[in-house]
Amino acid sequence: MTTRLFGEPVRRREDARLITGQGRYLDDLGAGALAAAFVRSPHAHARILDVDVSAALDVEGLVAIYTWEDLPGALAEPLPLLIPHPALTHGRTAYPLAREIVRHVGEPVVMVVARDRYLAEDACALIRVGYEILKPVVGIEEAVRGVHLVHEDVPGNVGAHLVQEVPGHGGVTAREAVEAAPHRLEFRLDVERSACTPLEGKGVYARWDADDGSLRVYSSTQTSTSVRMAIAAKLGLPLPKVEVIAPDVGGGFGVKIVHPWPEEILVPWAARLLHREVKWTEDRREHFVSSSHERGQVQHVRVGFDDDGRVLGLEVEILHDHGAYTPYGIIVPIITSTQLLGPYKVGAYRVEFSSIYTNTVQVTPYRGAGRPQGVFCMERTMDKIAAYLGRDRTQVRAANFIQPDEFPYDQGLTFQDGRPLIYDSGDYPEALRMLKELIGWDSFAEEKARAAAEGRRIGIGVGCYVEGTGVGPYEGGHVQITSDGRVHVSTGLTSQGQGHETVFAQIAATELGVPIEKVSVVTGDTRRFGYAVGTFASRAAVMSGNAIALACRKVREKALRIAAEALEADPRDLEITDGKIHVAGVPSASIPLATVAVLSNPLRYAFDEEAKRATQFAGPASDDRPPVAEGEEPGLEGRDYYSPVRSTFAAGMHAAIVETDPDTAEIRILRYAVVHDCGKLINPMIVEGQIHGGVAQGVGGALYEKMVYDEHGQLLNASFMDFLMPYATEVPRIETAHLETPSPLNPLGIKGAGEAGVIPVSAVIASAVEDAEGITIDRMPISPSDLHHLRLTR
Amino acid sequence: MNETRHRVTLTVNGVLHEAEVPGRRLLSDCLRHDLGLTGTHVGCEHGVCGACTVLLDGEPVRSCLTFAVTADGHEITTVEGLARGGGEPSPVQRAFTECHALQCGFCTPGFLCTVTAFLRDNPAPSEEEALEAVAGNLCRCTGYQNILKAVHRAAELQAEEDR
Amino acid sequence: MKPPPFDYHGPATLGEALDVLAEAGPDGKVLAGGQSLIPLLNMRLAAPAHIVDVNRVPGLDGIEAGPPGVRVGALARHAAVERSPEAAAALPLLRQALRLVAHPVIRNRGTVVGSLVHADPSAEMPAVLALLGGSVRLASRGGEREVPAAEFFTGPMESALRPGELAVSAFFPALPARSGTAFHEVARRHGDYAVAGVAAAVTLDEDLRVAAARVACVSVGPVPVVVDVTAACGPRPAASADWEAAAAAVRDRVEPEGDIHATADYRRHLTGVLAVRALRDAAAAAHGEEA
Repeated sequence: MTTRLFGEPVRRREDARLITGQGRYLDDLGAGALAAAFVRSPHAHARILDVDVSAALDVEGLVAIYTWEDLPGALAEPLPLLIPHPALTHGRTAYPLAREIVRHVGEPVVMVVARDRYLAEDACALIRVGYEILKPVVGIEEAVRGVHLVHEDVPGNVGAHLVQEVPGHGGVTAREAVEAAPHRLEFRLDVERSACTPLEGKGVYARWDADDGSLRVYSSTQTSTSVRMAIAAKLGLPLPKVEVIAPDVGGGFGVKIVHPWPEEILVPWAARLLHREVKWTEDRREHFVSSSHERGQVQHVRVGFDDDGRVLGLEVEILHDHGAYTPYGIIVPIITSTQLLGPYKVGAYRVEFSSIYTNTVQVTPYRGAGRPQGVFCMERTMDKIAAYLGRDRTQVRAANFIQPDEFPYDQGLTFQDGRPLIYDSGDYPEALRMLKELIGWDSFAEEKARAAAEGRRIGIGVGCYVEGTGVGPYEGGHVQITSDGRVHVSTGLTSQGQGHETVFAQIAATELGVPIEKVSVVTGDTRRFGYAVGTFASRAAVMSGNAIALACRKVREKALRIAAEALEADPRDLEITDGKIHVAGVPSASIPLATVAVLSNPLRYAFDEEAKRATQFAGPASDDRPPVAEGEEPGLEGRDYYSPVRSTFAAGMHAAIVETDPDTAEIRILRYAVVHDCGKLINPMIVEGQIHGGVAQGVGGALYEKMVYDEHGQLLNASFMDFLMPYATEVPRIETAHLETPSPLNPLGIKGAGEAGVIPVSAVIASAVEDAEGITIDRMPISPSDLHHLRLTR
Repeated sequence: MNETRHRVTLTVNGVLHEAEVPGRRLLSDCLRHDLGLTGTHVGCEHGVCGACTVLLDGEPVRSCLTFAVTADGHEITTVEGLARGGGEPSPVQRAFTECHALQCGFCTPGFLCTVTAFLRDNPAPSEEEALEAVAGNLCRCTGYQNILKAVHRAAELQAEEDR
Repeated sequence: MKPPPFDYHGPATLGEALDVLAEAGPDGKVLAGGQSLIPLLNMRLAAPAHIVDVNRVPGLDGIEAGPPGVRVGALARHAAVERSPEAAAALPLLRQALRLVAHPVIRNRGTVVGSLVHADPSAEMPAVLALLGGSVRLASRGGEREVPAAEFFTGPMESALRPGELAVSAFFPALPARSGTAFHEVARRHGDYAVAGVAAAVTLDEDLRVAAARVACVSVGPVPVVVDVTAACGPRPAASADWEAAAAAVRDRVEPEGDIHATADYRRHLTGVLAVRALRDAAAAAHGEEA
């Protein structure tokens, strides 16, 4: 019997190499390649006057120095604006190397290639760039004043402005609904910047094959197929002459979906020009100042509600800081403004955002991608309504929930994929019930009183979210069974630690009835699969998982067809168990998949005993039928794609108990509970791991991490010393429970899980600290110093 | 100007290696790029993340905060040297897999080296001691819960082996 | 993030080391544990022309503990001092403080003397030396001198070490009988430099009244801030000592600055809170000593 692998906590197949040092990350490749390093702008806003490289020319091992003037053709143009949107009226992207103006500290100005990285950095240190310093624009408030401009031709520093409005009953506007409501509240919220911060930075390694006129590029990317297209376009190479491979990638969390990074086209260009292998490995400081950040927003909220806390009208105005450039369009504020609604029906809703340029590192999606800010807004609103009415916070939420019988539920908005925001399935009341039980919500008041009697301050908080996952347009899968019985699965999207090699193998093994040991999975290698979008938006399992399942079904059908002929049976009576096809209930009448693979490919030449079966004199053949029948192809393989009509919607609810020190204002998370619904679980162990990691990043965003810029646009904490990523000592134990409401939208019934953990954490911690302290918390993250000052102003 | 190079002899995972390196060559780069042992990873190059942790004469140290010349004549163990003879994973390595204590795997070699030395000195740690032992290594994927679980599981596996 | 080039020297004897340092003068920098120096080099925030690696010099890793106190050699790693039972017996404060220094792996390599010479006002060991009134022994080709803590720390990241000198050891004097110590700090993350921290030493008289009480505060001034609070809390039995008054005296003395992690006001407030906790624990330890 084949074990059913789908849904089981199968141990990861990636681990064997990763625990023995046999993984291959970007910088592990290309021994002996030349090293690239960059002179980056030390100023937030400046005009480049001149570049003097003379002092660097004596550096031992120097190979080349490039500035913007050296870049040919399309390379000299601005980088692509990846996701255009009609509301992004003033989209701007950087040049691969700065042309005339630099707009944030860290922007690349000069590229140096040398024998090794030490020498390349020596040369960088000796290159003198003359700058005329321009007035930097730092901070959302400063930017919206529009006195100084990040881009001369972008008035008011406004890159995009978008309004979405959903009328309430009888067509009332949100404004009207708020005004007419029995109760109204109005407030402002602030969320500060953080960043993905994978332990491995970015990196690119390029090999130019002059004999073949082809380029092979390795990149620590979340999308190898799209990097490939960008390189071919920028370098004027035919697409088939470029291959891009994502090797083992040391975490992504969103930053590596942006592409092409300047280095992703400059390094291959230099490799071709120099006829040498060239590699660039981003260091930690570079990652802080020349990758991406996220999260920074200011929100103005007006809400009207009734005596039960039901929201009747909600108006939200968002100022989104998108940094110096907009290569990824306005995906982040679109997600904030739509996913803000969470599991709730809010009557009439109006949301307006302005996406604002500042002289800081660009803003692109970081795990959660705008949702943490949206959820912070909605959940703060729920808590404020509860406080105003003197009601239990979970009761107010429950009063606003979409009910299980209301799915599919249309929120009336346009989502990040340009499609309607229609929730596919969910059970929010049940999730809340489970959460309250898990954390002990109803008995907390007594616990709190007991603690207070001991002079301790504790508080409980809650946060709910809905997450659109598995956005399109598509992913594909290819499955090939070879004559040794092995199953080779490939998909174009990439992996950064999610365990795709394991979960996709589980899906293939389950669909094909083979032992998982026979299945191998390749991701992110354009040599194996050329069509893909990438890994982001909690989409890999939904998109590639279903594509692989569909491809497996094609292969299975073909295998059964061939086997039926060989076994002289009806294919409908056949099953596959343990890699053998047999008549249902008759295990003896069987044929191994390996043999079917042989038979699927009519041969002239035999290369082993098994192959002889498929050669032209091997057995009776039908004289009036070609060896490869019409409509068939040789080989036991199949390819299919999954392209959903719209996103699936996962959901979750978190609760935390915190303790605040009455004297030092230190904040400690005593308990953290998660109820999570991502539809059917493929591998619960891996899903839990994703939740743990997400919550840890959320804790970072709630209590520790922020990007601190001074008024000159200098990032003051561009190191792990001062950007406070949590260690094990800062992350609480996470208690989890799962609810499974399958998605009706895809064959496997799954929803994505990658981002879930991080989304509500700031909202939950704010809620809990507020409960412990009785102080309104409207700004995250919160440090002991912040809390101390909030106490003083109470 | 050519930099002076120094001949260094390192015993890495029991194998004698020689290299000629400038004085400023970091031990992490020497292991990775001069000796080709790329299992030791570099995550910050300022000693905070712990990904580059190796054992120097048995004690965990940051290889990004050690010059290769300083390590001349010393013994080093990297993640490549943790497995038993015959390539069988060590209890710590097995525990990390069993407990799903790694995701992207980039920080993992540093954790494995740190935990290996820790359990050698403290084969039956308390919760608090285990937490302190791994508290100097950053992981951005796992949230640490399964890493802590793996430390205790490794202690169990080690005890079973020693029995 | 790779260090800039430098001339590397690996002297095999103390004499050789002092010769090289004498020649290098202000361009020379000593490398012992390297846990503070190498990050600065990797970030190219420091670029000494000569690095003098003293790790091969014999006789510098000593830890000598006795009734007068503990002398720690230039190559004694934090971890070695932390684990030394003799050092802990002579001066429990050493272990109390060392457990707060960064993380265990950093302590495996970093040295106590290196930490003193680095003279970071946020670091624990300078505060310990300052609290105890210890000293640092500096050697040069011209001879040796012993510099008391009060003169050794001259500013943030600045010490009395002159070009050509090597800090060969530090001496932490023991406290009188019926003394207790404690070190409390608040760091943003476990193992980070403290936002504020207080080392306290309390000595009781024969009637178990507070005879002497002193604190040294980290991260609230250019150098460790030592405040004698005997007047504020003595001579009363520890149980009824006015630690709050002592804390008020401490708050008045410190000169904190705000940074990205905390405001100056919070640091001042926090130092007061930690002073109470540290003094109370130190007094309890002094009691325990007696019992």
